[in-house]
Amino acid sequence: MPAITYIEFDGTKYHVDVAVGSSVMEGALNNMIDGIVAECGGCCVCCTCHCIIDPDWAEIAGEANDEEQEVLEMLDVRTETSRLSCQVQVTDEMDGMVVRLPESQY
Amino acid sequence: MEVIDHVVIIGASHAAVQLMISLRQQGWLGGITVISDELHMPYQRPPLSKAYLDGSVEEGRLALRAPEMYEKLDAVFKLGHTVVAIDVATNQITLDTGEKIAYTKLALCTGARVRQLALPGAELGGVHYLRTMDDVKGIRQSAKNAKRAVIIGGGYIGLETAASLTKLGIKVTVLETESRLLKRVASEQVSEFYKRLHEEEGVEIRLGSKVVALQGDGQVRSVICDDDTYSDADMVIIGVGVIPNTELASEAGLVVENGIVVDEFAQTSHPDIVAAGDCTFHPNALLKRSLRLESVPNASEQAKAAAASLCGIKKAYSELPWFWSDQFDVKLQIVGISQGYTEAVVRGDTSRDRSFTVFYIKDQHIIAADCINRPKDFMMAKKLILQQSTIDVAALVDEGIDIKTLIN
Ligand SMILES: Cc1cc2nc3c(=O)[nH]c(=O)nc-3n(C[C@H](O)[C@H](O)[C@H](O)COP(=O)(O)OP(=O)(O)OC[C@H]3O[C@@H](n4cnc5c(N)ncnc54)[C@H](O)[C@@H]3O)c2cc1C
Repeated sequence: MPAITYIEFDGTKYHVDVAVGSSVMEGALNNMIDGIVAECGGCCVCCTCHCIIDPDWAEIAGEANDEEQEVLEMLDVRTETSRLSCQVQVTDEMDGMVVRLPESQY
Repeated sequence: MEVIDHVVIIGASHAAVQLMISLRQQGWLGGITVISDELHMPYQRPPLSKAYLDGSVEEGRLALRAPEMYEKLDAVFKLGHTVVAIDVATNQITLDTGEKIAYTKLALCTGARVRQLALPGAELGGVHYLRTMDDVKGIRQSAKNAKRAVIIGGGYIGLETAASLTKLGIKVTVLETESRLLKRVASEQVSEFYKRLHEEEGVEIRLGSKVVALQGDGQVRSVICDDDTYSDADMVIIGVGVIPNTELASEAGLVVENGIVVDEFAQTSHPDIVAAGDCTFHPNALLKRSLRLESVPNASEQAKAAAASLCGIKKAYSELPWFWSDQFDVKLQIVGISQGYTEAVVRGDTSRDRSFTVFYIKDQHIIAADCINRPKDFMMAKKLILQQSTIDVAALVDEGIDIKTLIN
């Protein structure tokens, strides 16, 4: 299983194994990582699973589609590599990927 | 004898799962036992009428959390058991098997069950309700050989089911007793839109139709309305609302109204018992009144407050309610409670497009919004409602003005 590193806003790091085919959001939820809220459970409707992909990994994580773009556009603190973690499907290539979590999801 | 701390949670769905996670996050060291009358590990309910019903998502993807997470939480699951009584004098619950389990703290996450219709023929094969995964397994089974489906009830669940069955190639008729769809929860503009959407997609919508009987030969064949009209059907889904599961609480002497009464900390009228989710009647400081909600965000957020209370921490729950619904290619997002609005204004065109927002205004403030394929408006509506400032309606409905500029 690919291992992903989640870094919370306060610097707390989690190295966790996430199954291929599940989402970066699920990886966080299944490991009780607080920085992801995911109120809607991964339907791309609530924008409470914002994460920032480490720039070195952005290409592998892929690009947001139009729907996700529209939601991301509304974030107060959007970065170049911001994504909704429910829309990032984990692949074998993501082994070692680093994602950072914002201070707040609201 | 030393008392060993032990939380018992009744129900194992959205509220219960968040509650057990939050308990551990807040430092609860005692035992956690979760009891559910369903046989499945916790799963997501919203996809049941959407992606799970139309087959685009399979059972394995519905799990609310991975099984290993529950091991990390050290939570004990007792599935397939109904709690039949709570004894508040001795801090014990009784299961249907007669087994008693002692608790130091109890959490009621009993949710809601479907309202049943006492119709002649309701016991026929092919007649379903929709609340649980097993219900949907039955519906999917019926759908394999069905050509025509009748849905009784034009609320969100009925309409989502209509959309999913249409995707499966079934001809669907929706029967609604009221004069418009979604009457209880949406404005006329939104009701009209959903009627148009479903008709454009080939669903037949019949308003003012009260079903009086179902007929068939062991298997349902037709649905009869009070105006003597018949609708052929190989399957029928009844979606006429839910009733909160409050009986256990009221029999135990807890205060119950339209739901188990809790305060903003999810505390019931008994100091050892909290409650969260669809089963609660709770105050909301933003809305300045108490209400019962049926939504996942409500269940999860209230459960966080409940877990905090059990750990002796005061964390008030008061969130702006929000909800969503997916039908065909339309994503609806609702924020706030529109009840009591004096004016409904539209950003976009409701008569032609599948993308617009209805804002509900009261005393020159936005109190709610229904956003049809408008995630951006939804995010902004949330902020506009919370900022509680006077709104410039002309600017709000002007698509030439970026809605972001209306935020203070
Ligand atoms: C088809 C469908 C679609 C939905 N779509 C959406 C949506 O798009 N967005 C949204 O926000 N919400 C949606 N909802 C609503 C959402 O699913 C509920 O708000 C949510 O499930 C509430 O969670 P809960 O934990 O409070 O209760 P529930 O999910 O109702 O769970 C309560 C559990 O407790 C069990 N139980 C009750 N009494 C006992 C007892 N005495 N002993 C043992 N077990 C007991 C019940 O069987 C049940 O399993 C939908 C619901 C349905 C049915």
